[in-house]
Amino acid sequence: MSLDRRQFLAWGTAAAGAALAPGLRLVELAQARSPQEAASKLQRWGLLIDITKCTDCDVCVSACHEENGVSGHGRPETDAQWIRTVKLRDKRTGYAQSLPLMCQHCAHPPCVDVCPTGASFKRDDGIVLVDKHSCIGCRYCVMACPYGARSFVHETVSGQKADVPRGKGTVESCTLCVHRVDRGETPACVQACNQDGGKAMVFGDLNDTSAEIHRRLRSAPSSQVRADLALNTGVRYQGL
Amino acid sequence: MMRIAAAVLATVLSVAGYADGQENRARRVAMPTVKIENGDACVAPTGEMRRDHMTFLLHQRDRTVHEGFRAPRFSLKNCVDCHADRETGSVLGKDGFCASCHSYASVKIDCFECHTPLRKTATARSTSPAGNAR
Amino acid sequence: MARTQYREIDGRSGGFAALLAVLGALILAGLGAAWTMEHHGHHITGMSNRIVWGVPHVFAVFLIVAASGALNVASIASVFGRELYKPLARLSALLAITLLAGGLAVLVLDLGRPDRLIVAMTYYNFKSIFAWNIFLYIGFFAVVALYLWTMFERRMNGYTKRAGLLAFLWRLILTTGTGSIFGFLVAREAYNSALLAPLFIVMSFAFGLAIFVLVLMAAFRWSGRALGEVVLKRLAKLLGVFVAAVLYFVAVYHLTNLYIARQHEVERFILLDGGVYTALFWIGQVFIGGVVPLVLLFAPGTPGTPRAPGALAAAAACVIAGGLAQLYVLIIGGQAYPQLIFPGKEVSSSFFDGVVASYAPSLPEAALGAGGVALALALTAVALKLLPFLPRSLADSDVEPSAT
Repeated sequence: MSLDRRQFLAWGTAAAGAALAPGLRLVELAQARSPQEAASKLQRWGLLIDITKCTDCDVCVSACHEENGVSGHGRPETDAQWIRTVKLRDKRTGYAQSLPLMCQHCAHPPCVDVCPTGASFKRDDGIVLVDKHSCIGCRYCVMACPYGARSFVHETVSGQKADVPRGKGTVESCTLCVHRVDRGETPACVQACNQDGGKAMVFGDLNDTSAEIHRRLRSAPSSQVRADLALNTGVRYQGL
Repeated sequence: MMRIAAAVLATVLSVAGYADGQENRARRVAMPTVKIENGDACVAPTGEMRRDHMTFLLHQRDRTVHEGFRAPRFSLKNCVDCHADRETGSVLGKDGFCASCHSYASVKIDCFECHTPLRKTATARSTSPAGNAR
Repeated sequence: MARTQYREIDGRSGGFAALLAVLGALILAGLGAAWTMEHHGHHITGMSNRIVWGVPHVFAVFLIVAASGALNVASIASVFGRELYKPLARLSALLAITLLAGGLAVLVLDLGRPDRLIVAMTYYNFKSIFAWNIFLYIGFFAVVALYLWTMFERRMNGYTKRAGLLAFLWRLILTTGTGSIFGFLVAREAYNSALLAPLFIVMSFAFGLAIFVLVLMAAFRWSGRALGEVVLKRLAKLLGVFVAAVLYFVAVYHLTNLYIARQHEVERFILLDGGVYTALFWIGQVFIGGVVPLVLLFAPGTPGTPRAPGALAAAAACVIAGGLAQLYVLIIGGQAYPQLIFPGKEVSSSFFDGVVASYAPSLPEAALGAGGVALALALTAVALKLLPFLPRSLADSDVEPSAT
């Protein structure tokens, strides 16, 4: 195929532009996203939890439930829990650990696949959410979540936080404090852990090579819960 | 047969017409209480808000939830903060801003099944172009 | 053979009125249960965050699966050309519609937000097998209604075979979808199997035919019509084959799981120490739902003497009871068994991880489920009175005995 000079220059420019454009976008994102902008696919929010530093306190749980207005009704079987501490004991060796478990914000979320109305969805920046406007309360996503992260709201809710709508008959789970993240803050659990807990949690952009979370993941081993399911979770654990 | 039908129809229509003409009919249904306590303008002209506020809400909410677009002016939180009753702090209830018109128009809304109808504390109010009058 | 004559039932007897009254009361109870559940929230039921699908779903899935299978008789007539089944085709298609209506009613009324049904019917996430099912269920009504029309309208009789084929294929896809609702899930050890789809297909054959047999026998007995041995014997043999097929798939499912080391724990739970689930599995599903019907249907009688119709009715009732037990074990037992989040570890938390979740059926759930069954039966009874679904006679002399 013969190519004249003009065509070569045109294609070359186009190719160069295509190569540079993502880089330009990344530079933009190094600054915090303004509220008027939509969430971007170039970011992927994640959590890193070093459970060797987990001191068996409950600070993350109480902070989360306080921030999001999740209150109990004295009915542990039906009360919502967005995050919980799980105690593990190896069956063969007896080695004991504890860790916080919440929605893992998978890249291939089973809950999103199964939702009949598309209410359970993954935002472009990786946060998995429930659109309560479309949720019909069928609980299929609760069945589908391998981590048992979802809760169904079994009673009328009142006294909701202004930033966190919750209502009877819909399904909910950890939102990675999306209302805080969109303001440039960290999730409540991370803040509480760093303030009053064991400083075990790091929040950040998994795609940003300069972020602390990225550094920590590069320099020490980490794992996903049920990595065999190939869900590519946004929450990673060290010391598991 | 036709004559009976015509007679019935005429009776029904005349009774309805009579009832409609009565002025006290209007007084039997409580007119909505529209208390504008913050003198600033709303985020859009009143006529436009009256006609289209539901459209704004429906489209805006999808952009907010699915795309993360959070312009403070057009958030439901901002509406509630401004329109909440001075005493009760709520947009629901007997003279609540939203509840009053909606019960008059007999249009059920389920926003407040999930969203709180209460105003957030004054310190946390988001700015609007008209300024923080409080 | 003389052309089959169909006629509506009289439906003017006291018995018919009493039947509708009882069914109506059950429907009202179901509606009342749905209202309280919607009003107070699901905390008044026995369902919880660990067991989100309970007794209503057992009934709903049973009715939906049976609805698909009830169409089997009509399919055998139209698609496979068996003359003997042709007079039964109309009732078969009717039951398919009414059972599905009953099942869907239960499912919809149990939703957390049933007022959002219109959202479910207009916003589809086509990656969700549940969304596909909603679409298939609604389409099923249309397809079977079309099929019935080709049977009722004499000028359309030529199209019955094609409509029957469409309905047959549609319900195979539909039931595969219903089984896949569970089969596609990786989150529970008891699900996550490609075998669940074909298992649901054969379950539909068995449950649907069992209900069909009981409704046929009741309708004919109570409207004083003749139901001969030829038809009953054929249906009995068919039911036996289907029950055996279900047992086969169940056996393969469990034997495969027993071979896989990772599945041993859940198998131990279902087969050995799951308490109520183990009891329901062995006694309900296998014995009452499988072994007893096979004995009743295939045990050799004295050659020449007709088999007692009572045996067929008893077998059908057992299949239904066993089917409900099977779905209880699958749906509720499958959720009760703890999720395998951390393999090789003992797990405990405030969210009931690592322990078998407790569940006790509550009154609203049972009422809702019973209401769905009652709705299906009431719709059937009313339809039989309004339109000629039932043949005038199925006596041996009136059917085609030599056809297979």
